[in-house]
Amino acid sequence: MSESAAVKWFRRITLILIAAFALFPVFIILETTVKPLADVQNTFQWIPTHITFSPYVQIWTTIPLLHYFVDSVIVSVSSTVVAVLLAIFAGYAISRFEFRGRRVFSLAVLSTQMFPGILFLLPLYLIYVNVGQAVGISLYGSYLGLIITYLTFALPFAVWMLAGFFSSIPRDIEEAALVDGSSHWGALFRIVLPVARPGIVAVSVFAFMTAWGEVLFASVLTTSSTRTLAIGLQEYATQGNTDWNQLMAASVVVSLPVVIGFLALQRYLVRGLTSGSVK
Amino acid sequence: MADTVKKRPADSTAIPPRSKSALRRRWWERPKVIPYLLVAPAILCELLVHFIPMVAGVVMSFFALTLFTLHHWSSAPFAGLSNFRVAVDVHGPIGSALLHSFEITVPYTILVVGISWVLGMVAAIGLNAEFKGRSWLRSALLIPYALPVYVGIIVWSFMLQRSTGVVNTILVRDLHVLHSPPFWLLGNDAFWAMVAAAVWRWFPFAFLILLASLANISPQLYEAASVDGASAWRQFRSITLPSVRSANLVLVLVLFLWNFNDFNTPYVMFGNSPPSSADLLSLHIYVVSFDSWNFGLGSAMSVLLMIFLLIVSMIYLRVLRRGGEFNV
Repeated sequence: MSESAAVKWFRRITLILIAAFALFPVFIILETTVKPLADVQNTFQWIPTHITFSPYVQIWTTIPLLHYFVDSVIVSVSSTVVAVLLAIFAGYAISRFEFRGRRVFSLAVLSTQMFPGILFLLPLYLIYVNVGQAVGISLYGSYLGLIITYLTFALPFAVWMLAGFFSSIPRDIEEAALVDGSSHWGALFRIVLPVARPGIVAVSVFAFMTAWGEVLFASVLTTSSTRTLAIGLQEYATQGNTDWNQLMAASVVVSLPVVIGFLALQRYLVRGLTSGSVK
Repeated sequence: MADTVKKRPADSTAIPPRSKSALRRRWWERPKVIPYLLVAPAILCELLVHFIPMVAGVVMSFFALTLFTLHHWSSAPFAGLSNFRVAVDVHGPIGSALLHSFEITVPYTILVVGISWVLGMVAAIGLNAEFKGRSWLRSALLIPYALPVYVGIIVWSFMLQRSTGVVNTILVRDLHVLHSPPFWLLGNDAFWAMVAAAVWRWFPFAFLILLASLANISPQLYEAASVDGASAWRQFRSITLPSVRSANLVLVLVLFLWNFNDFNTPYVMFGNSPPSSADLLSLHIYVVSFDSWNFGLGSAMSVLLMIFLLIVSMIYLRVLRRGGEFNV
């Protein structure tokens, strides 16, 4: 399709404006992290009086950032590993087997995404506290409770995405293995999983991002010893005197892993996210 | 998804007899059992964290679960509909506060979903052509969505600070649009601060879904339309919109539900005490529940919220699924 020059310029300008809107806050974050404290405490200036990297150093002592970081890593990595493992099983079942309740299962799992989190936050809080008192497994305020919670958040989309990835893998190789006497379990682990590796990595990034950014449940289910980054930074941001250059430095530190992961795998993530809706 | 799954041809009967292991199948290797074993762990987790608490939440809304009964929750007195009565009594202080919160959440959701959709659509159409730097631009537009939610909201709080924020600096000092810098994070302007932060986060998602869907439209359709002399607007209405209809159906519904339930934006911006113009429903219920520890009342409000969302979603799907042509 040939475009007139006017259309071309209109397209360019619109895209530049939208990109500016998307990237401006990112620019502000990065710029603020190299400003000295005096610059962020006074009227905003476009150019820093001098460039300093001390916010990146100071933030680790201003708030227990390392502590938050470790908490977030433990919770996010554990919930990702378990969620992806469970999603591999469930996704494989959905893509390869015809079984009673398959459709109900996929619908029910997806619908959990739609309900207000607050509805099951209150009972979940009570359940966790009471399980702790009754059985002695502490779920409230512990890593375990948060890990179980987060893995179920990532699970629905992870199942959905992996079922899509598995369905796109031709069955021929797998069926050859089955004919040769391999079990379904063997076929899953030795043949399907290696082929689906990019999809599994993408789903892992997605599950990790879900846990890494969660706020609502972390605000209730964590105590000072298990505070995640989301709540640690939120608390520091809403207190009275925030050193914004340090907070922005912390933001860069906590964003890097997920942004890099997302951008590196965006092709697979996009395919996974849209496979259901574009049907 | 259903159509992608075909019945596996040639089951155990087709296996040649020489493979002994196939004959000695254990119970967990039977094709009838395997799918259930495979989905069982996922179901168990979803039951534990979603379905059981959801049912418990509905049950709790009928009990007087307050600070006094919370520790002996199993013996909390049955309250019938009294929690619901308090929640919907618009003349009482609690009911009127809930109504006010609802009246904030509705325009908030409509604005965020509407603006995000338009921006996402414009960006998707703009990027649905080959040009230099396209993939870079696409990645750039996705960054707001890739950042952790709270980071995006925190940076908007920073940009909207009254005297040190960049937004007021641009509006007052650089462009002289306003005479005195407004307090974006106090009073009525807090609403707009939230809308800005939420649109910034969600338009990339709309863009992502719409771009994937636009890529499926054959360019020949547009060429034919141009030859026939159809205007760009006419092409958009007659080709683009109908083609992305099914993606759109899900996209708008999901954006609506996520934003109507939005807790992150007001909570990360304002903590437990938002200005009344930023008092979205999820945060409102959260504060009511945890400030007074009245979980019965909080659950009743959550149930009302869920019922409202179910009704709206059902009407939405009913109306749009039936309609043949998609008109915005």
